[in-house]
Amino acid sequence: MLNVQILIKKNVLYARLEGELDQYTVEDLRVRTTELMERYQIRYLVLNFQKLQFMDSSGVGYIIGRYNRLKKRAGGVVLCSLSEHIWKLVLLSGLNKICAIAKNEDEANEYLGVVL
Amino acid sequence: MKNYMEMQFSATLKNVSFARATVACFLLEQDLTLNVINEIKTIVSEAVTNAVVHGYAEDPGKLVFMSLSLEEGKLTITVRDDGVGIPDVKKAREPLFTTREDEDRAGLGFTIMEIFSDSVEVLSEVGRGTTVICTKMLG
Repeated sequence: MLNVQILIKKNVLYARLEGELDQYTVEDLRVRTTELMERYQIRYLVLNFQKLQFMDSSGVGYIIGRYNRLKKRAGGVVLCSLSEHIWKLVLLSGLNKICAIAKNEDEANEYLGVVL
Repeated sequence: MKNYMEMQFSATLKNVSFARATVACFLLEQDLTLNVINEIKTIVSEAVTNAVVHGYAEDPGKLVFMSLSLEEGKLTITVRDDGVGIPDVKKAREPLFTTREDEDRAGLGFTIMEIFSDSVEVLSEVGRGTTVICTKMLG
């Protein structure tokens, strides 16, 4: 099961993930965030993993997909509050080379304050 | 002492979390770190997702088979489908290989299984199905 809390501030979408992100739960997340990203002309997506207990390669695919879309708007993806397991997936997939990594949402906001 | 279990379940994506929870329960007595448990759950997640999505195209009328075996600290995970099979296993195991070119597929399933396991064996025959056998030494 995956619960998602979504917050939009200006052109930044925050998604706080709770539960498990896999091929089954990623679909709803993809549909919801894609629709909101279009409607609000989002440039940056902040994914908060603090309460995410599990992720597999489906999550990596989702992040690459969002990055490819936001890159076209000169935006990007910020990943924050990564557990050891998710950090390992980020490293082995090379997501750390295309996404900004932050300790928490405050640090993500500091980063966005600089780039926006 | 050897411990063994096997199960079969419908080829739906909803059942992937069931398979992950099963392996975690199977290993409950082993006193593993959360990190190791997550690695093992990820191996199961990737293998079972492949069987459901690629082997059976999410047909709930078809069955995925999973067995878990633990002997002398060695965990063996076997996931089998009797689905379409993989024409070129070597190619399928390459990082970033994907049969679907939409933007949201990382093509990292086999790579992640290989990194988190000690060995990964893939036996596949077109039209007959695929068996993935992963082993991992615990502790």
